[in-house]
Amino acid sequence: MARAVSSRRKLAATVAAWAVALVIFFPILYTVITSIKTEGEAISGFSLIPSFTLENYFTVQSQKDYFKPFMNSVVLAVGSTLLALVIAVPAAWAMAFSPTKRTKDILMWMLSTKMMPAVAVLVPFYLMFRDFGLLDTRIGLTVMLTMINLPIVVWMLYTYFREIPGEILEAARMDGASLWGEIVYVLTPMAVPGIASTMLLNIILAWNEAFWTIRLTTTNAAPLTAFIASFSSPQGLFWAKLSAASTMAIAPILIMGWFSQKQLVRGLTFGAVK
Amino acid sequence: MGKIILKNVTKSFGATTVIPDINLTIDDGEFVVFVGPSGCGKSTLLRLIAGLEDTSSGVIEIDGRDVTAEAPAKRGLAMVFQSYALYPHMSVRNNIAFPLKMAKTDPAIIEKKVTDAARILNLTAYLDRRPGQLSGGQRQRVAIGRAIVREPSAFLFDEPLSNLDAALRGTMRLEISELHQTLKTTMIYVTHDQVEAMTMADKIVVLNAGRIEQVGSPLDLYNKPDNLFVAGFIGSPRMNFIPAAKAGISDAHTVGIRPEHIRISGEAGTFRGTVGVAEHLGADTFLHVNVDGIGTMTVRAGGEVPVSHGDTVYLTPEAGRLHRFNDKGVAIR
Amino acid sequence: MSTRNTQGLARAMMAPSVVLLLIWMIVPLAMTLWFSFQNYNLLNPANVSFAGLFNYQYFYTDPAFFQSVWNTLVIVVGVLLITLIGGTAIALLLDQPMFGQGIVRIMIISPFFVMPPVAALIWKNMIMHPEYGVLADINRSLGFQPVDWFAQYPLLSIVIIVAWQWLPFATLILLTALQSLDGEQKEAAEMDGAGFVSRFIYLTLPHLARAMTVVILIQTIFLLGVYAEILVTTNGGPGYASTNLAFLIYRTALLGYDVGGASAGGIIAVILANIVAIFLMRAVGKNLDR
Repeated sequence: MARAVSSRRKLAATVAAWAVALVIFFPILYTVITSIKTEGEAISGFSLIPSFTLENYFTVQSQKDYFKPFMNSVVLAVGSTLLALVIAVPAAWAMAFSPTKRTKDILMWMLSTKMMPAVAVLVPFYLMFRDFGLLDTRIGLTVMLTMINLPIVVWMLYTYFREIPGEILEAARMDGASLWGEIVYVLTPMAVPGIASTMLLNIILAWNEAFWTIRLTTTNAAPLTAFIASFSSPQGLFWAKLSAASTMAIAPILIMGWFSQKQLVRGLTFGAVK
Repeated sequence: MGKIILKNVTKSFGATTVIPDINLTIDDGEFVVFVGPSGCGKSTLLRLIAGLEDTSSGVIEIDGRDVTAEAPAKRGLAMVFQSYALYPHMSVRNNIAFPLKMAKTDPAIIEKKVTDAARILNLTAYLDRRPGQLSGGQRQRVAIGRAIVREPSAFLFDEPLSNLDAALRGTMRLEISELHQTLKTTMIYVTHDQVEAMTMADKIVVLNAGRIEQVGSPLDLYNKPDNLFVAGFIGSPRMNFIPAAKAGISDAHTVGIRPEHIRISGEAGTFRGTVGVAEHLGADTFLHVNVDGIGTMTVRAGGEVPVSHGDTVYLTPEAGRLHRFNDKGVAIR
Repeated sequence: MSTRNTQGLARAMMAPSVVLLLIWMIVPLAMTLWFSFQNYNLLNPANVSFAGLFNYQYFYTDPAFFQSVWNTLVIVVGVLLITLIGGTAIALLLDQPMFGQGIVRIMIISPFFVMPPVAALIWKNMIMHPEYGVLADINRSLGFQPVDWFAQYPLLSIVIIVAWQWLPFATLILLTALQSLDGEQKEAAEMDGAGFVSRFIYLTLPHLARAMTVVILIQTIFLLGVYAEILVTTNGGPGYASTNLAFLIYRTALLGYDVGGASAGGIIAVILANIVAIFLMRAVGKNLDR
């Protein structure tokens, strides 16, 4: 009896959840479907059955040199994340393992920098980038993305490092490990999962950053955000091709995102929700 | 060898003094238990010996050598932590081998020692597993294995059984005692559980608020507690304390009588009371008796006693089993 | 001795992060503050003079300023309402046992990973386009006139797009919080005779309160600065109908070349953001004391 009720309830929940999920996912799904339609099909009314052509993907590359902004995105996202890690790992390490009274204040201050509206410093940065010849360069934008994500990187690493129990370090010390041995054999292997998820989330954030990447680039260093934004009026690039470009722009990060759901909650709430 | 001497050791964290002044000698091969309520400083004392905390003043000697300023690893001690502190990313084999690797021991010797330790601790089948795949008792044994292979001059245990369930705790207690008999190495063991202290120790150190209340063998502490604190802490169920005047004794302030030293009768005795709760354990019966004019007294009667709630009973303390204390709580002998 | 050494080392390890962030924050902010008191136009960069409070006055009396502040508020509050209510409902749904929960989760979380320009373009072209969009197709099949979303309801369209992007975030966080609710508590409430509604009101909602605070505060920070979605779809128009404060400052600075005016707007934005920030810091700060 109870079983029948619960299995009927499970079925109802399944139907409802799938319906909601499909509605939310629909814009993405439809974009992917449209990307394998012909241009004619794309504008001839609603249809979920494409003719499975990959032509749009080739056209986007041949006409618009898609590969260039894609590589810019990769370089910027990965580069800025690695750079941020190099700066942040020692800081988070120190805060987690030898905290002082001011550690908390420093962390809160770092968080507060994240809240400065980007647009408020658009003019100074624009002028400085112009004067230092950094406009539309990968270097300039990498540094920019590094700095805006640095507080999140420090925070995420800090919350991960703090979870390594102190007794393990003491055990290593009792076992005769030197400071170096402690770092190499005990701390690093235990910290690697945390560092990896921090890296993943920050690549996602950097990949999708759409203010500085659009404003500080024109062509040379423009990543996919700027590339796609330039098609706000679809002249010369139509529905199906735009869909193909969009699909390629979001696919890698979407897949990474699926793997980082849990870390996402932690990272973006600064450890407040786990 | 593992003779440890503490001379005037003190420890403060900022303005808080955790250990005011301790002098203690632990002989080679002894099994010493530090026992006391939580916050009494027993773990801090152990960590001072381990070198995980720096002493504020005083001297710690191991085998006549002053180690006060020495790093933990140089002291030749091994420690088993409350959380076991196993390295989660290493196999059991590598966990046990870790201290030897740090000491740059020859791989062949490491292999032999790890195999031996695993055999002693029944871990041979689990050597290639990760700690996360083991049960609580097995993790505990890995932690002990990691300590054994170093052949330390003394083992330090920090509440090692507190994360285990009651049945396993009993088994592990036995195993650690057997290990001590096999190795004959000094062991210092911290616990808040007086049963662990009584069953395992050669020598118990009772601590309270960072001070040593009494040092002695388990039966010494049981039979001749120096003060009210030790009398109340050692023994289960707890000793009954009665204002001396109400017990008709004039040369003391408080008298104490253990529940197992009270005889019970249906007709006559020193105290008269009614049974509140009767706990029938089979081998023993614990009676909580509301004694007229005194309050609740606990009685431990051997075997099965046919009394129940509301019965009137008479209690008589056994002659010579009364403990007398003065108004400062110190035993009068 | 060893402890003092560690502390020196710790300071050295923290220094790069702290110093770099400090420079990165203070220098531009000081420049913005300085520019906000200057007459400074990029079309005439040689002619810079002290303006006093003129820029603030100019910005403050510009009718577009009030509209943009209002629009900013509408976006923040509108998106918050949609994501919180929708997120709670979806989280409750996802917390039920069902078939294919993993796939459902993946589908629901996906919009969060779509970069803002792509999200905006998908909605603009695929969904809301008055001729070729899916919504237009649906309207036509039902016999209605298609809606020209960005011309008729520009601000609402922006709110919908941004809400679509943030709904997954709210859902995921609320779901995580929901799953940490003690099962025994729920069972105890059931034993006490609490129905679904009273369990939700007296047990679930208070448990979610903290997660909701976090969602509100973090989303607010991002929602105050919505930019790419506007740039790609309406470009702030028609008129100023979908211009928020961030977009107005951008317009003033890089389209109007008015550095002084944009900087004054920037300082106003900083002040507004700080008011929000103070609350966020308190909420997150409490968590540190665990």
